[in-house]
Amino acid sequence: MAIIEARGLARTFTSRKRTVEAVRGVDLTVADGEIVGFLGPNGAGKTTTLRMLTTLLKPTAGSATVAGADLLRDPVGVRRRIGYVPQAIGATMGGTDPSCLVREELLDQAALYHMGRDDAVRRARLLTDQLDLTGLDQRLVKTLSGGQRRRLEIALGLVHEPRLVFLDEPTTGLDPQARSNLWDHIRGLRSDLGTTVFLTTHYLEEADALCDRVFIIDHGMIVAEGTPDALKRRISGDVVSLSVDAGATADAAALLRAQALVRDISSADGTLRLTVEHGEEALPLLLRVLDAAGVTLHSINLSRPTLDDVFLTLTGRSLRDDAPNDRPEDAAAPPRERRSAAQEDAVPAGTATKE
Amino acid sequence: MSFLRDTMVIFRRQEKLALRNPAWVIIGLTQPILYLALFGPLLTRLPASSLGVPAGNAYKFFVPGLLIQLGLFGSTFVGFTIIADWRSGVIERFRVTPVSRLAIMAGRVLRDVVTLVVQALVLVLAGLAFGLRAQLGAILISFGFIVLVAVGLASVSYATGLLTKSEDAFAPMVNTIVVPLMLLSGIMLPMTLGPGWLQGIARISPFRYIIDAMREAFQGHYFNTIMVEGIAVAAGMAAMFLWLGSRVFLRENA
Ligand SMILES: Nc1ncnc2c1ncn2[C@@H]1O[C@H](COP(=O)(O)OP(=O)(O)O)[C@@H](O)[C@H]1O
Ligand SMILES: [Mg+2]
Repeated sequence: MAIIEARGLARTFTSRKRTVEAVRGVDLTVADGEIVGFLGPNGAGKTTTLRMLTTLLKPTAGSATVAGADLLRDPVGVRRRIGYVPQAIGATMGGTDPSCLVREELLDQAALYHMGRDDAVRRARLLTDQLDLTGLDQRLVKTLSGGQRRRLEIALGLVHEPRLVFLDEPTTGLDPQARSNLWDHIRGLRSDLGTTVFLTTHYLEEADALCDRVFIIDHGMIVAEGTPDALKRRISGDVVSLSVDAGATADAAALLRAQALVRDISSADGTLRLTVEHGEEALPLLLRVLDAAGVTLHSINLSRPTLDDVFLTLTGRSLRDDAPNDRPEDAAAPPRERRSAAQEDAVPAGTATKE
Repeated sequence: MSFLRDTMVIFRRQEKLALRNPAWVIIGLTQPILYLALFGPLLTRLPASSLGVPAGNAYKFFVPGLLIQLGLFGSTFVGFTIIADWRSGVIERFRVTPVSRLAIMAGRVLRDVVTLVVQALVLVLAGLAFGLRAQLGAILISFGFIVLVAVGLASVSYATGLLTKSEDAFAPMVNTIVVPLMLLSGIMLPMTLGPGWLQGIARISPFRYIIDAMREAFQGHYFNTIMVEGIAVAAGMAAMFLWLGSRVFLRENA
């Protein structure tokens, strides 16, 4: 059953004689229990879409049913059933008051959902345990670490046990460790509670590692949709890297180029980079061919295209070059280096790197 | 009713935050107390007739003025706090819950009214210590006036804060409106001392009417046209600003 069903959702901002078509006709269907990601660069329209789906912004066009309530006719019904964790970057922060105590935030939030005091206390205790906030009850929000504060913000979105929760850039600004820790919590939401999670991100590793299904959004339009694997399969071919004796490079290249499965080949310093179709099936064949010709193979590596390659193919731009300024060390580095550095620290489950 | 319950939730939250950091409440009081202590004694030397009060009781003139000053400054700057809350994302977070969006404003306004009444009480007690003679009725009536003033000004201040979303825009805007209004209200000295043109433009300040009515009450005159005018202006202003504030808080993307 679909928990979100949106048709032609659009929003145009008019400010100072300038109009911005932030979202131009988005169709979405999200099934109950999915973790769905909205992947796109800064300014793509992710937040605007989320703000429409959560009743914060009226769409200029389109309609939607969210958690069983009509977005336009029954906004309060939508609010009752969803949780929302705002993005913690840009002009506004993630929704916690620096001078509140952790416990007060949780209890106040429960009161806003009209929960009784006992329920609220019980729920606050459960959430602090689940989200690793134990012992922080009496701490002022401003004394929390970035990761703790973000987890509190997520806890606030879950106080009323919503079936559907929207997380706007849940891990942006967090260090890698806090990020993967938060991923575990988000996975837990679905596996333990069956909560549907709709998140936005501009980190492709995040979309890849966390989401069952990804919508890629650019300039206010969805340009592709599917499981991370399916999206990556749309990019024709996998990349095979081979290293052979330096003297045998040219021979090996000629040999491999003759194979029907091999699309493209380039060589440098005894390493050959091949683009092949159906990498797993191609691998044994390539090994046999080289073996038969007596070429000694030192190593072989098969890698799949990343979501960035998908984005690149669809839009002609790389998501990585669009990283926001939340990581100054990234912004300072030249684009090429950034790209390779980012690929190294990417260890999402889906990006198989087989030896 | 859920609106009232929601208002109380917001009120208690704001109250808690204010009590955690009471500096502002105290700072708000120091100014009128200083005026009372350091400016009041000058007034007692002026001929009572020029203040329009019986001889020897300049405080019947001065305390109502200070009460309005307290209300004016205490309420018009509350918009700052909602800009901070908007920036921290708290406002958006509230707006996604089923809580009444009007209660998000009403709970705050209620907190501001309570704060102001407490401050006013301290100020009146200080006034009595300095030599103010006033009937209980007069004090209650003037509290009624400042509550109306606070409700209206706080509402419009929150609305302005939420619309501008920027302290840099909000502060100069409030200052350019409040200071002339205050000067034209005769808080320190009676407007009747001024030249004709000044008295003329002073008619545009609503606080002028409210202060005049409060001063009448302190003289023991509860039923006259000045009082009716004062009540009409105070109630009208509160109603209009409350309506304006509600409009902004109910807007889809305020
Ligand atoms: N309130 C607003 N007024 C005017 N323009 C806006 C507003 N909110 C967003 N935009 C514009 O809409 C576009 C999409 O923004 P947003 O949805 O925040 O993108 P994302 O979340 O993907 O980074 C951007 O060009 C942004 O400048
Ligand atoms: Mg965003």
